[in-house]
Amino acid sequence: MTAALSIRNLEKTYDNGFQALKGISFDVQPGDFFALLGPNGAGKSTTIGIICSLVRKTAGSVSIFGVDIDKDFAAAKQLLGVVPQEFNFSQFEKVYDIVCTQGGFYGMPRKLAEERTEKYLKQLGLWDKRSVQARMLSGGMKRRLMIARALIHEPRLLILDEPTAGVDIELRRSMWTFLQEINAEGTTIILTTHYLEEAESLCRNIAIIDNGDIVENTSIRSLLKTLNREVFILDVRDTLEACPDLGGFHGRLLDENSLEVTVEKGQSLNDLFSRLGEQDVAVVSMRNRANRLEELFVSLLEEERQGGEA
Amino acid sequence: MHTSAVWTSFSTILRREVRRFTRIWPQTLVPPVITMSLYFIIFGSLIGSRIGEMGGFSYMEFVVPGLIMMAVITNSYSNVASSFYSAKFQRNVEELLVSPTPNWVIMAGYVLGGVSRGLIVGFVVTLIALFFTDLSVQHLGMTVAIVFLAAVLFSLAGFINAIFANSFDDISIIPTFVLTPLTYLGGVFYSIELLSPFFQALSKLNPVLYMVNAFRYGVLGVSDINVAWAFVGVLAFIALLFGWGLHLMSHGKRLRH
Repeated sequence: MTAALSIRNLEKTYDNGFQALKGISFDVQPGDFFALLGPNGAGKSTTIGIICSLVRKTAGSVSIFGVDIDKDFAAAKQLLGVVPQEFNFSQFEKVYDIVCTQGGFYGMPRKLAEERTEKYLKQLGLWDKRSVQARMLSGGMKRRLMIARALIHEPRLLILDEPTAGVDIELRRSMWTFLQEINAEGTTIILTTHYLEEAESLCRNIAIIDNGDIVENTSIRSLLKTLNREVFILDVRDTLEACPDLGGFHGRLLDENSLEVTVEKGQSLNDLFSRLGEQDVAVVSMRNRANRLEELFVSLLEEERQGGEA
Repeated sequence: MHTSAVWTSFSTILRREVRRFTRIWPQTLVPPVITMSLYFIIFGSLIGSRIGEMGGFSYMEFVVPGLIMMAVITNSYSNVASSFYSAKFQRNVEELLVSPTPNWVIMAGYVLGGVSRGLIVGFVVTLIALFFTDLSVQHLGMTVAIVFLAAVLFSLAGFINAIFANSFDDISIIPTFVLTPLTYLGGVFYSIELLSPFFQALSKLNPVLYMVNAFRYGVLGVSDINVAWAFVGVLAFIALLFGWGLHLMSHGKRLRH
């Protein structure tokens, strides 16, 4: 099957000599919801910039649904929609005009562009704001405007560079639902984000990029299986004066009503609860101290950097 | 892109450009009309009546074609320079760069946007000129052709200025220090026959002189220079600037990293 996105040995060295990408390779399969993660300055936006032609690559190749960008960039661009990290629309144009005009840039007849503009502005809850200048929108609305604009030509591959940055949780979840819907309808989605719970709940596959190199490229499920330990916060019903005996589990008292317990791979939560039950400690709720993917992400980057230093 | 898609993209850029300068008409259309009206009043009526004839015509008749051409040149240039630089500054130029629209279509759309503003301002200035003098056009085809070509040429120049510009100051440097002196010394207000042979020869290095005189020839039937050279020169400069602009676009000069 032809990959939705195929990147081979992609390199980018900027004019100032900074090497942003050191020959990365990865594939994204059609229909996937793919996370491209990495710390700030890792090379995510450079990669996206090369895919959509805003950054010129130094070496390597990029194909979108089998169309090599070096051979037919116009055809490749028809298959691609991009939602950039920064707002990049005219602040003085009306919401409707921004979206509809983009359809024209893709060669869409005016009538079709108008139909699609209405469709996507309604789906993204912006129809009531269609006659408002873009500068009057809230941050979350501006992000949704960029999504509507990127979808106007109904691309088969949609790349979103931190689409939920600065968006409140309610709106973020509504955007997740919308993205899951268009993914279910067949659009391949690549997402970069700093909210790792977002990547964990939305994406099936992942590439982690750091310092211009891919340090991990696998399915999220496989990645989570490599997690060696999880740290849980347990809220207890009765006040505790000291940390109870946890047997083989490591833990500490956070405050009089909560415990932090580390569960190593192979240990069972049943054993922990049995142990606490024997001491009349009733657990009323529990949660992960941090997102599981976040713990993996941090440990992977630490390993990578320690390896680099060695 | 198919031909129909290219046309759609081009017309979309042009429509957006026209929408932009008509939306801010108090900044784009009114000031040049007021400025040119003042020129008509001061140079044409007040001072011109004391100057007498020039080139066989009243000073007002002589100066009107030059002032119309000056309005067309400055407005075509500044429209594209400010619009394309603003698109760079606000980054909405990326809307076009990520689309399949070919570079030459992007250029053509912006340039025709500048031409549109230049011609609209030129038309309004012409209407105002009719309050001050009678205009009987001697060579209509030549008049229309040279004003259109001049608008294309200076729109292209504005486009290239915007590509190189790194700040809003950079798009005012060329109009202030190059365009305005060339226009004022380009025979708008005087015939170069009034100058000494040295300054006549120097004036003939000024491309604006050829456009102003070709336009004046179209309207009044008189010119300081060979009009054919004006057309050859303008067409050559258009080809040169279009090629340069395309080269800059294809290499992503200050547009792509």
